[in-house]
Amino acid sequence: MSELLQSTSAAPHRLSAATPRTVYMATRGLFKSYQKGDLGIPVLQGIDMQVYQGEFLSIVGQSGCGKSTLLHLLGTLDKPDAGEVQFEGHRIDNLPAASRDLLRNRHFGMIFQFYHLLPELSTLENVLLPAWIAESTLGYWRRRRHYRQRARQLLEMTHLSHRLKHKPSELSGGEMQRAAIARALMLEPQVLLADEPTGNLDRSTGEQIMHLLRELNREQKLTIVMVTHDSWIAEQADRVVRLVEGRIQSAE
Amino acid sequence: MYKLLLCLRYLRTRYIALISIVSVTLGVATMIVVNSVMAGFTHEMQARLNGILGDLVFESRSMDGAPDAAAHMAKIREIAGDSIVGISPTVHVPSLMYIDVNGQLLTKQVTLVGIDPATYASVSQFGQYLQHPANRQQLNFQLRAGGYDTFDRQAVDTGQLIERTQMKTAGWPRRREMARQKQERRQLQQRLALDPSAQAGASNPFATDQPSGTDFDPATETHVGVVLGIGTCGYRAADGSDRFVALPGDDVRISFPKASLPPEAISEHYTIVDLYESKMSEYDSNFVFLPLANLQASRGMIDPETGIGKFTSIQIKLQPGADAAQVRDRLRNAFPAQYYQISTWRDKQGPLLAAVQMETAVLNVLLFMIIAVAGFGILAIFYMIVVEKTRDIGILKSLGASGYGVMGIFLVYGLSLGIVGAGAGLALGLAFESQINQIADLLGRVTGQPVFDPSVYYFYKIPTIVSPFTVSWICVGAISIAVLASVMPARRAARLHPVRALRYE
Repeated sequence: MSELLQSTSAAPHRLSAATPRTVYMATRGLFKSYQKGDLGIPVLQGIDMQVYQGEFLSIVGQSGCGKSTLLHLLGTLDKPDAGEVQFEGHRIDNLPAASRDLLRNRHFGMIFQFYHLLPELSTLENVLLPAWIAESTLGYWRRRRHYRQRARQLLEMTHLSHRLKHKPSELSGGEMQRAAIARALMLEPQVLLADEPTGNLDRSTGEQIMHLLRELNREQKLTIVMVTHDSWIAEQADRVVRLVEGRIQSAE
Repeated sequence: MYKLLLCLRYLRTRYIALISIVSVTLGVATMIVVNSVMAGFTHEMQARLNGILGDLVFESRSMDGAPDAAAHMAKIREIAGDSIVGISPTVHVPSLMYIDVNGQLLTKQVTLVGIDPATYASVSQFGQYLQHPANRQQLNFQLRAGGYDTFDRQAVDTGQLIERTQMKTAGWPRRREMARQKQERRQLQQRLALDPSAQAGASNPFATDQPSGTDFDPATETHVGVVLGIGTCGYRAADGSDRFVALPGDDVRISFPKASLPPEAISEHYTIVDLYESKMSEYDSNFVFLPLANLQASRGMIDPETGIGKFTSIQIKLQPGADAAQVRDRLRNAFPAQYYQISTWRDKQGPLLAAVQMETAVLNVLLFMIIAVAGFGILAIFYMIVVEKTRDIGILKSLGASGYGVMGIFLVYGLSLGIVGAGAGLALGLAFESQINQIADLLGRVTGQPVFDPSVYYFYKIPTIVSPFTVSWICVGAISIAVLASVMPARRAARLHPVRALRYE
């Protein structure tokens, strides 16, 4: 397995050398464990890693190695037991709840394995959701044209223009993930955090999603941190961090 | 922004929540109907009570009365003249009334009320309740030639009204007809009297007492006129029509004690000149009115030397808005309490009004309990919805929604459900209230059991008054219960951990 990784990581299409090496996000000695009854199960055991501006980083590891937990910590959805998470040089894991909400809303975009679209809302409304959360009713109403136009553009880019009024239940898996990506990009975030974005899709659909993500990374200089268990998918990123039992095994 | 939009979306898609507020709707509707009916009854009753009683009643504690109404009235005016609009002396005396029904004698216990025809109208709406249009203008205690109302003029819903056919003959035509029949009977009896077999025949008590020896001719003359409460001589038949055992034009006998020592019962003949229908069965079935001077004379209440009569009570009508209790207290200070009792009409009917108020209060408490129970239903359903929406809550949080924001969704959801429930209840309640009589009729027809029996209340329709104040309080109460019930589920939603919520399957 590791040999396979080594060999694929040397694939010629990788462009990591070209990305600027500005540290954008970083973690210092991250520890996190989950409580199961009286037993504390350690998930992350001292993670030190950097995310550089504009890079496409993938974190690969087997189920239960803590890669999703790491992503949640990066996205301030969860708090570490010890260690820090930094964003643009500032510590973010100990910020008050309101600031973390703001970070998630404006600066991070998130996509998930199960897409996590709201079933009551249409595709367009799902994409508009971050704007709804960001704005007061009056503020949204004033800028509704701008937001609607942005959402339409994003849906056009993700080839969903014909699905604006459809509910998530009427979309295919690939379409739902593309809608989720459009939603994540709604408020022009600096970082896209992707949790197994292809985990629930067949190979060719997953390939489409990866293509979209690579395009976003290349053309819009969007920093992407992706978590996956699939080495083949992971290999398509600029850089791969391998996580084994809560520790970083290899990083290039 | 998302709070409003999402809760609107939930409102449209979660029908189970709408079902959970049906009980709120029903509770609000029932409360509105009950309150408006109770308010209607209270108002109707108060209006009638006040209309009959006057605002203040100044009574002599002695049944035999106190002398010189004029002097008392002058003193009352001196004390509280600025707020008095009408004042009139009366004499009340319990008595027995005998009605001759085809030779059978009906005895009834009544209260004989001597009124001053000139001033009584200024203290009471007495005149309005009479059956002859001319008597409603001015009662003169003379028998009218005819033209008595044959329909209940106070009924609002005239469609179902049954004509009082007996009233067509009331007045002089009936009197002449009855006199003619009596004459025939007497002639028949005289002829029978020649027949020895009929010697022992039952004698008419009226006939024996009739002043036949005098030159009184019942076909052209009358006794002193009296006005009978409609309930003393009438009854409601099973088909809803009103029947009468005595009508204007008939004679009655009334026995009452003289105001002398030792007491002496006397009995007098009177001629019914009109009937009195206030719809308060307590009065309609008890009161018989006659001119004050006649009653005073019969009871020996007039001082033979000075010609000053005694009175048992003075009715006082106050200006609208005047404080009856305050005037009462001023009068109480001025007159010795051991001889006079002074009370407002509310004091007189206090227990009745208090009972109605008590009933309304208890009903309100019970019905509000129903809404409170509905609140727990909402709580349970909301809890379910929060559990069902756990993942969506995680999504919202991952997109930057705050705990308060998520809590807001469910609070606004509870508020809007409350508004929908209370609004539907309001509409339902008002619709029910406006059609209450038709609904009562329908229910009566379906069940075969009249829901609202007019013969019990002497109202033809259920009176209702919608008080905007009460209605808005009911709605506010129901809405706040819905909001309160959503607080706990909303807090749970707010506290959900985003990661755990996202992983929730």
